[in-house]
Amino acid sequence: MSLLKISDRGIYCEQADVYIDPWKPVERALITHAHADHSRKGHQKYMSHHDSVPIIKHRLGGVEIQGVEYGEQTKINGVTFSFHPAGHIIGSAQIRAEYKGEIAVASGDYKTENDGISGEIEAVKCHTFITESTFGLPVFRWQNQNLVYEEINQWWRKNKSEGKLSVISAYSLGKAQRLIQNLDHNIATIYTHGAIEAINKLFRKHGYNLPDTVHLGGNGKLKEEEGGLVIAPPASIGTMWMKKYKTAQIASASGWMAMRGTRRRRGVDKGFVLSDHADWDGLNTIIKETEAENVVVTHGYTDIFARHLHEMGLNAYTAETEYTGETLEPEKTEEKTEDEAV
Amino acid sequence: MKLFSQLFRKIDSTTSSNAKIKALVEFFAEADDKDKIWAIALFTHKRPKRSVNTNLLRTWAAEHGSIKTWLFEESYHIVGDLAETIALVLPQNQSTTHHNLDYWVNYIANLRDKEEHEKKDAVLSAWKSLDKDETFLFNKLITGGFRMGVSQKSIIKALSKYLSLEENKVAHRLMGNWDPFETEFSTLLLEENLSENLSKPYPFYLAYALDKELEEIGEPGQWFAEWKYDGIRSQLIHREGEVYLWSRGEDLINESFPEFSIIPQFETRSFVLDGELLVIIDDEIQSFNRLQKRLGRKKPGKKTLKDHPAGIIVYDILEFEGKDLRPYPQDERRKVLVELFNELHESLPLKISPLIDFDDWDELSDKRDSSRLIKAEGLMLKSKKGEYKTGRKKGDWWKWKVDPMTVDAVMIYAQRGHGRRSNLYTDFTFAVWEGESLVPFTKAYSGLTDDEFREVSQFVKKNTIERFGPVSSVNPTLVFEIAFEGIAESSRHKSGVALRFPRIKRWRKDKQAQEADTLDNVKSLL
Repeated sequence: MSLLKISDRGIYCEQADVYIDPWKPVERALITHAHADHSRKGHQKYMSHHDSVPIIKHRLGGVEIQGVEYGEQTKINGVTFSFHPAGHIIGSAQIRAEYKGEIAVASGDYKTENDGISGEIEAVKCHTFITESTFGLPVFRWQNQNLVYEEINQWWRKNKSEGKLSVISAYSLGKAQRLIQNLDHNIATIYTHGAIEAINKLFRKHGYNLPDTVHLGGNGKLKEEEGGLVIAPPASIGTMWMKKYKTAQIASASGWMAMRGTRRRRGVDKGFVLSDHADWDGLNTIIKETEAENVVVTHGYTDIFARHLHEMGLNAYTAETEYTGETLEPEKTEEKTEDEAV
Repeated sequence: MKLFSQLFRKIDSTTSSNAKIKALVEFFAEADDKDKIWAIALFTHKRPKRSVNTNLLRTWAAEHGSIKTWLFEESYHIVGDLAETIALVLPQNQSTTHHNLDYWVNYIANLRDKEEHEKKDAVLSAWKSLDKDETFLFNKLITGGFRMGVSQKSIIKALSKYLSLEENKVAHRLMGNWDPFETEFSTLLLEENLSENLSKPYPFYLAYALDKELEEIGEPGQWFAEWKYDGIRSQLIHREGEVYLWSRGEDLINESFPEFSIIPQFETRSFVLDGELLVIIDDEIQSFNRLQKRLGRKKPGKKTLKDHPAGIIVYDILEFEGKDLRPYPQDERRKVLVELFNELHESLPLKISPLIDFDDWDELSDKRDSSRLIKAEGLMLKSKKGEYKTGRKKGDWWKWKVDPMTVDAVMIYAQRGHGRRSNLYTDFTFAVWEGESLVPFTKAYSGLTDDEFREVSQFVKKNTIERFGPVSSVNPTLVFEIAFEGIAESSRHKSGVALRFPRIKRWRKDKQAQEADTLDNVKSLL
């Protein structure tokens, strides 16, 4: 029997009686990262990487949570758990479990490019690897991120030269900070929507050096002709605050923008292909480097990706979970409450 | 290809027609004449013949993208477009060529008679030298299906702006069977064409659906009632011995419908008529299915013309002997129309739309119920004193359709949606009973709420019997009410019937599969 298995509550380690990223209330939860589909409310005790702690507290309220370092070992009932960089968002981790020589890793969500704020992913050697497959199709092959940033900068510069405001839709936790970190602040000011500003504040307070941004605020109005860039969560696109801005050019930054159909359905002026998830080659590379024999595929194009791994000679199978990965829908429900204040 | 690729990107990233037209105008201003011709040809469905079989392209793409063919096929299903799937699975490279569109169209055309290995070498070397967007367009050129969300109308508007030439003149000049390989931009569009004013149509007057009680629109005596036919709304122009047929989309379609070219042999009077284009055999209107066999055929063959002869049921006259009649009231226009038809030669494929007799609204309502018997969708109500308006306007014309037909059917197949909906089942096949077995009789895609789609998808996942690629056969359990506007016999379908505009009306959670309709029930609607 495997050290980690998928139960109806989450990824379960029976020997230690703890869950990883459970979707139903449990006693002890180890959390890979603070996105809402992995970090849910209702558990009695939480453990995560310490960079995730302030976000989880902010989003879930006063929960009992312990923060750990990457590589730090915690023993529970004889099982050794440790957190390892996943490169997905700030504070994201893969969780490694070891018991009597058997090693299993739950990777949560991950990406292989180092975005400068989320850490460099580490391929953890294991027997069983639990992987996502949000973009587990060979049509998803990301360009080098610097080319994408340059593409966004160019679009922004062009809008500015035409006296227009740029608005880019990005997840408030992860993609937003990645853009703030990597876009060219010399072009003009970057403004943030309230939901994103709240997260930035937390990171800055806990010692992260994010470049300066200006909170958009509910009152007053930007001078559109100055050509600023507003970063706002998907749920807020098209809502009240935007109606003031007649020149606003709207873009979306997401892995889904790779497909023409989704780009068109999204109805944005521009789609940039930028994801915090691994692409086809990224998934394959990491899985290969873990040297795992067993691979459990949890969310995304699970059937197809598992069949592909199976043909590569791995013991791969799919498991039903309630993780969603990157979606095109407005983020998660609790973000709506944050959104009320722009 | 750079300019064309930029044009494509601009068009593809906007839904605004004005932005598309602006992009086209910019393209026409910059591109050389040969590329202009090709852009016009591609956007108006004049594309060169396919020179490489798509199965070969799929195989080469999988091979060059280092993936198995089944993985390519799965990807294709999710992306939903072959040219795009190929562009996405191939290794990405920067563009290293600067050839124009004309070069690539000819490059592809030259492959037609080559050996397979020569075709392969040529295609692979193109793929290696083009970037992702250019590869996509190159693939589109090879595979044919060039639909880029640009209507003929937008092309006409853009050319009209670029050339400062009236739109109907542009439309007229684009008419005909010009061959893009042989045609010069200047001869096609810049030479004055004496006949083009003759072809000029009037804007159509379009009716709204009746949205109130009949009593509220006035006294029955103030209104004409006619059958509303399910064909193509058309304007037939006969001026100075020339005939032009325009469809409501303001496309010139006379080449597809040569039946009307005989008019000058029998008529000296000039006129512009508004009516419904239909397939009519021995005075009987045929189903829309048969008209479909004629649509989009630029040059119908003898057999098609014989099997599916077209005619027009005429309900209005907009111009007579050079005089614009649109400001005159409906009843006066009707008089002129009747006079015209009194002396019209019987061999012309034109019929006047009969007025329906009625004394009160109840009587008319009863008559409406018999619409289907004469292949009509319902009634049109026209105010006797109304002028012929421009565009969709309320007041003088109303359409009053009959309620759709419905059948209770069992879901037997479900197919995943595309793209981000690929985790949901969105396309369904429905069956009705024939004895002890279920016969598939229609597909339907729309009509459920998002929540219902999710619930049905859950059911499909749990009740799949067998999978055929993206299609799952499911336990025949769920019953849905399917609504449709028409039904016709069809030899191409197992059930022997084909539906028009089928959609899911509601989920009959109150019904068991055994309670669904039978094929006999369905056929009784024919």
